[in-house]
Amino acid sequence: MSEEKEPLFSGKNIKLLTEPLNDSNPITVQVLGICSALAITVKVKPAFVMAVSVVFVMAVSNVVISLLRKTVPPRIRIIVQLVVIAAMVILVDQFLKAFLFDISKQLSVFVGLIITNCIIMGRLEAFALSNKPWPAFLDGLGNAAGYGVILIIVAFFREFLGSGTIWGYQVIPEGFYNFGYENNGFMILPPMALIVVGIIIWVQRAKNKKLVESN
Amino acid sequence: MENLVNIFVKSVFIDNMIFAYFLGMCSYLAVSKTVKTSTGLGIAVIFVLGITVPVDYLIHNFLLKEGALVWLSPKFADVDLSFLSFIIFIAVIASMVQLVEMIIEKFSPALYNSLGIFLPLIAVNCAILGGSLFMQEREYNNIAEATAFGLGSGLGWFLAIVGIAAIREKIRYSNIPDPLKGLGITFIITGLMGMAFMGFMGIKL
Repeated sequence: MSEEKEPLFSGKNIKLLTEPLNDSNPITVQVLGICSALAITVKVKPAFVMAVSVVFVMAVSNVVISLLRKTVPPRIRIIVQLVVIAAMVILVDQFLKAFLFDISKQLSVFVGLIITNCIIMGRLEAFALSNKPWPAFLDGLGNAAGYGVILIIVAFFREFLGSGTIWGYQVIPEGFYNFGYENNGFMILPPMALIVVGIIIWVQRAKNKKLVESN
Repeated sequence: MENLVNIFVKSVFIDNMIFAYFLGMCSYLAVSKTVKTSTGLGIAVIFVLGITVPVDYLIHNFLLKEGALVWLSPKFADVDLSFLSFIIFIAVIASMVQLVEMIIEKFSPALYNSLGIFLPLIAVNCAILGGSLFMQEREYNNIAEATAFGLGSGLGWFLAIVGIAAIREKIRYSNIPDPLKGLGITFIITGLMGMAFMGFMGIKL
């Protein structure tokens, strides 16, 4: 097979990694995985932990499914995928509980909800089932990173405007508050996450005309 | 009884699955183009949540929780299987969805046809697994409370998706800036609906 001579970072493989960051971003273009994305973006730190967890789960389960792709009968593939993902998520959950207990409390049920995160199922179905482990690994990494980037951007704005901090450190000087600056408490509430994502989509599509929808 | 009504109303309006926790957003955004299809999906979600939450409640309390296996033998008093809950809940949901699908197909072909492909899709709807996980976290006292919570969350999700579908049908005729068309404006409308639902927050139940 000629494919095996392909270098590890050929143009095609690089594209797998970079495309989800912009042109086919899982959140803003493919509309996948929004479920667990928005509730944990009040602060940057939990959003970052969530992004890293998704990167791990996604890369590993993409590789596992890609290795199993010839042995799993198509009829039971969904349940096999769910089991693989659930096993990875249990690992992440136990790890967070052991080493990052506060954050695991803040993320509460949303770690478990990585299982039903549509990005993971979607990429397993669309890519890992028909590709070799290495491209599947890169695809998983790229898509999870595209998801993580949006997560962190949303969390950055919500934490900056809502609490005046970033990663828990005060960035708006005390002096501002003396002159009557107030944190926008509304940014912390759930509806603002949706509106921030809406604005990110607006900005991205205004720059990238080919993503504009027709209706 | 009063308690049950409280839990039900709370999960419909105050802890709404979509507006407070963003659960089930994927199908919410993908299927809300017309009122008819979104009604079908909404009913299916109420149905499945109403069944899986009580079933997972029983599993959690009689199999997984710390000390839950005492009914088998007092030796199991310190066995804690709750780390298995994700994998068991998702298996229960997948098999329940399959079962519900078969039952509906047998007894009400008309409903089966109108729900169509939505039933199998529900297995990976975050709202369903989220319902079970919230039930586990909030520790309801008995199965009636868990059922009230399941049905209430389903109804809240139904209201949200039918509401956004009705708005999206109208908005097709409005003049929106090009980059906001489709997904962007749907996000912003959902945000505005969420603000409206926040008005219920002050209610003490």
